[in-house]
Amino acid sequence: MLRVFQHGDRPWQALITLTAIGVMVLMLAIGWLLWNDTVEARHAFGWTFLLPTSDPSWNPISNKFQSWPFTYGTLLTSITALGVALPVSLGIAIFLAEMCPAWLRTPLNWLVELLAAIPSVVYGLWGIFEFLPKVVTPIGNTLSSLAHIPLIGRFFDGSIPVSGASRLGAAMILTIMIIPTITAVTRDVLLAIPGSQREASSSLGATQWETIWQVLIPYGLSGILGAAILGLGRALGETMAVTMVIGNSIEGSLSLLRPGYTMASIIANEFAEAVTQLHSQALIEIGLILFIMTLILNIIARFLVWRVARRIPQEARA
Amino acid sequence: MTHFKELITRNLSARSRRRKATNAIILSLTGLVTLLALIPLFWIVGYVILRGGRSINPALFTQLPRPMGVEGGGVLHAIEGTLIITILAASFAIPPGVLAAFYATRNPNTPLGIILRFSTDVLSGVPSIVIGLFAYAVMVKPMGHYSGLAGGVALAILMLPTIIRTTEEMLKLVPQNLREGSLALGAPEWKTSMSVLLPAAANGVITGFLLAIARAAGETAPLLFTALGNERFDVGMILRSGVQAGQSVWQIIGRIVNQPVDSLPLTLWKYAQQPFPERVEQSWAVAFVLIFFVLLINIAARLWIESRKRRLQG
Repeated sequence: MLRVFQHGDRPWQALITLTAIGVMVLMLAIGWLLWNDTVEARHAFGWTFLLPTSDPSWNPISNKFQSWPFTYGTLLTSITALGVALPVSLGIAIFLAEMCPAWLRTPLNWLVELLAAIPSVVYGLWGIFEFLPKVVTPIGNTLSSLAHIPLIGRFFDGSIPVSGASRLGAAMILTIMIIPTITAVTRDVLLAIPGSQREASSSLGATQWETIWQVLIPYGLSGILGAAILGLGRALGETMAVTMVIGNSIEGSLSLLRPGYTMASIIANEFAEAVTQLHSQALIEIGLILFIMTLILNIIARFLVWRVARRIPQEARA
Repeated sequence: MTHFKELITRNLSARSRRRKATNAIILSLTGLVTLLALIPLFWIVGYVILRGGRSINPALFTQLPRPMGVEGGGVLHAIEGTLIITILAASFAIPPGVLAAFYATRNPNTPLGIILRFSTDVLSGVPSIVIGLFAYAVMVKPMGHYSGLAGGVALAILMLPTIIRTTEEMLKLVPQNLREGSLALGAPEWKTSMSVLLPAAANGVITGFLLAIARAAGETAPLLFTALGNERFDVGMILRSGVQAGQSVWQIIGRIVNQPVDSLPLTLWKYAQQPFPERVEQSWAVAFVLIFFVLLINIAARLWIESRKRRLQG
């Protein structure tokens, strides 16, 4: 008996093992509680809660709830943001990893990381009073001329509100907010590629850009994809800044230029005031969908980044 | 024949000129987008300092809010609330985070080690608003009311993955022979961990904690329906009335954490949406305080890391 507790190693091992298990339990508990707290809502609405519809209903009085306008708002703003942020972040990462003189690298890395450290509400406040009227409204007015183009025209339908509060505003703020995430991971992926790849390519006569585009990016492609997916995950879950600039309106329009709503912002706006059980359960169900979406994205992203890390031999990384 | 040769060389040199031009253009574009991405940073920080700086005054830090539409007053309640929630969150998240990091460094490849890393990754990706929903379900619903304690729990869950990961990274950097030396002297595993490995990694670990705390202190979404907000929150009054009534320290702490509180980002969010200009100006002042705090911690942490690095390198 005494030998078991000698040195206290066993209790220590037990303690750290228990905390490790605790972290796992916490993750499971989040999923389980969200699932468990939506029993009635899932029962009452079934799949119609999720399905796309042209005439969505979100009515606490008649107790009829459909999540489509929010899912659409979240997907449209996040994917637009990703589409703009990905090439920009790729450019920044190339600059930081391949081009930039050594003395400039650390300060630039700092600055990009600071962009991620600014609280989301401050982004929102700046968005309402500066970014929306000065940047988003003019861009929105220019984009509205695209409304005549068939097929993609419907995304630029209608005119942007003077205040600038629109899905476009949310997408642009999200772009700024996810650039640091994508940049940091892409930069690390590029830095992890062994120098022999670059040397081989330039000894064949490739220019630096050809080396980057035809050798380095294909080599790190799954890592860069992983970075993009991590960025998308961040955009999906971003709450405060988006809630402050998107205009919070449930209208049927598909347009990027009109006000909208996202999954995170409907929860932020209504959960504390939800009175009926079905209303709060519908909101939790939206949270559950959000959780599942980010869970899947995270699994894919980690898998991709892990695959790059595994392919690069340990000794070559130093 | 010679004509042909000439044509080929001319073509080749044109081609190589084009390649060089593409190279130069695209590579300078990367520098350009880097500059472009930094514009919002300078714009936000500069504007918040200029506009928020105008509304900064001593009353902001020492007074409670006045009724809506009345000028003056401050956000003392939110400063107190931020401190309380953040301290609670740090004290809930740091001990388990460090212990889990010890597990992760000791057993990286056991099944539980892999599950732990996976759970940490998943937790760090969960949207903060969903963490708020979770904290509502486990804290607010059973207790029957909103409270600073619930807000602390929500922020703790948010901080936990960052704390595990930074601690793990730093512990990995500690040379193996320190550990082996300590074990060889007969020190038990826990003593080696707590009084050799942790102090050796302390600089990086503490920096990581500071960054995680700064991040959590700026969060709003998880507090919306856990801490809720409370404009009448006044620690001073709770203390005075507690001492007068002869309550114990624990009773007083209980009263402080057991009621809804405001935090700075939460106040900013509410004030920014109110139709009263003086409230909007106060929200800029709060943004100033938040930005100042975030910049201070970030810059201090980086400088600290840099100076350590330089000293280690010689």
